Amino acid sequence: MADNHSRVAHQFDDLAQQQEASNLGMWAFLATEVLFFGGMFAAYAVYRSLYYDAFVAGSQHMDVLLGAVNTAVLLLSSLTVALGVHAVQRGNNGALTRYLLMTIALGATFLVIKGFEYSHKYAEGLIPGVRFALEGPDHVELYFILYFVMTGFHALHMIVGIGIMTAMIILTRKGRFSPEYYNPIEVSGLYWHFVDIVWIFLYPLFYLIQVHP
Amino acid sequence: MSGHHVSRRVYFAVGFALLVLFLLTVGVAYIDLGPFNVVVAMAIATFKAILVVLYFMHVRYSSRVTWVFVSASFFWLVILLVLTLSDYATRGV
Repeated sequence: MADNHSRVAHQFDDLAQQQEASNLGMWAFLATEVLFFGGMFAAYAVYRSLYYDAFVAGSQHMDVLLGAVNTAVLLLSSLTVALGVHAVQRGNNGALTRYLLMTIALGATFLVIKGFEYSHKYAEGLIPGVRFALEGPDHVELYFILYFVMTGFHALHMIVGIGIMTAMIILTRKGRFSPEYYNPIEVSGLYWHFVDIVWIFLYPLFYLIQVHP
Repeated sequence: MSGHHVSRRVYFAVGFALLVLFLLTVGVAYIDLGPFNVVVAMAIATFKAILVVLYFMHVRYSSRVTWVFVSASFFWLVILLVLTLSDYATRGV
């Protein structure tokens, strides 16, 4: 069991207050992230309403199945993070390590699939400014610019998340966490869940624009 | 003292609900609802996000001040989207 007294930074009265403060700090950061992605979603909404035909034409080049697999992979990774928090609350650090490893594996699977999708886009000449050969409605490039910027920033967040989870495994292996002190696991989980929520919106907006016959 | 403990059953139930809602999103996309396709898709996505925030992110069991922070981020997002889109929607071009 970790020495709880040493876990409390001197500006806090006790662990509960410290935990509350760090959770709140993470939520403040996530609020800035909501607005960071929110600006891009606003751009998406404006251009989709102005050039709907271009968005339909662009989205025909998405692989709905690969996107669906990735959505399921991310939803499962959120579940493994939540189960990791549950494990550390019970003091089961072995299970915590396993759930964090599963989370990293699922996150890496997502990125590998995303990489395949990007390379297909390159092969088909669908990358604006680099290799763009699509003859379509006016402004069809805008769809792909938004696709690469928004999924690219999302993927960047995934890479950061994998780094954070790796650090959490190392700290777990060092015996830093106990049922009384596991706040870094909790706030890392908040970040991971947020990145999952961004994808929950990206998937229907980019892959499912007009797939019905 | 370490916050509310959510049971494994709740986590699995929420995870299952998220997967069902995801399949629903895909299924509904293949039905032609005209302009309502995107409305339904965003409604389901918002509901999924609320499930994640309330249960996986433990906001349902969090303090009032956490609720204020979460609501504030949502509120400012709504300002960003509504004011931007109301501008474009009323330009008449």
